Amino acid sequence: MSMFAAAAVAVLVSMLLALVRALKGPTVYDRILGVNTFGTLTVMLIAVHGFLAGRPEFLDLALVYALINFIGTIAVTKYVGLKELDPAVDQHSGDI
Amino acid sequence: MEVFLDILSWAAIITGGVFCVIGAVGLIRLPDVYCRMHAAGIIDTVGVGLILLGLAFQAGFTLALAKLAMICMFILLTSPTSCHALCRAASYGGVHPLHGEQKPDEESGARSPDDHGEGQPSKT
Repeated sequence: MSMFAAAAVAVLVSMLLALVRALKGPTVYDRILGVNTFGTLTVMLIAVHGFLAGRPEFLDLALVYALINFIGTIAVTKYVGLKELDPAVDQHSGDI
Repeated sequence: MEVFLDILSWAAIITGGVFCVIGAVGLIRLPDVYCRMHAAGIIDTVGVGLILLGLAFQAGFTLALAKLAMICMFILLTSPTSCHALCRAASYGGVHPLHGEQKPDEESGARSPDDHGEGQPSKT
């Protein structure tokens, strides 16, 4: 049981450092990177908490958070890069 | 058998937690955004993979194991994709990578804090 607490502490410390980078990052890309890492670590924290509380149903929530994190990062990256969410005005060739 | 699985689980979780903290410290200390993507990649691969492996040792052959495998596979698929998209956006947005002679300065990472994204994308 205490191994889950150790994992939760490590993940929480990492989340704090990622949040510091997201708050003070000099460019907007540093902030996106910090938020993306924070989201990945949130997935880990939810999964660990499911085992810590003895309720593995929390893994479903972790899976949904992973999906939302990916979609959100792609959307924000595209928005910052293109200043537009409409793919018809894509200035650069290529996808994503 | 139970003790053996516990030892394996402890080892995987402690190693994964240490790699998570190492990646997060790198996220703070590395000089520019491309270096920081490397540090985030450590968290997304080794940290997440080892912690999920340690949880999988505790889960046994249950439905939780399948869900852990799905989470691990999904993160391993999406992390390089979002990192690539972010790197591409930063490159088109005018953030140039640091070279050897430049001072690894916080300000040089924010080369153009006012105009990145707008204006013509640099083709170099």
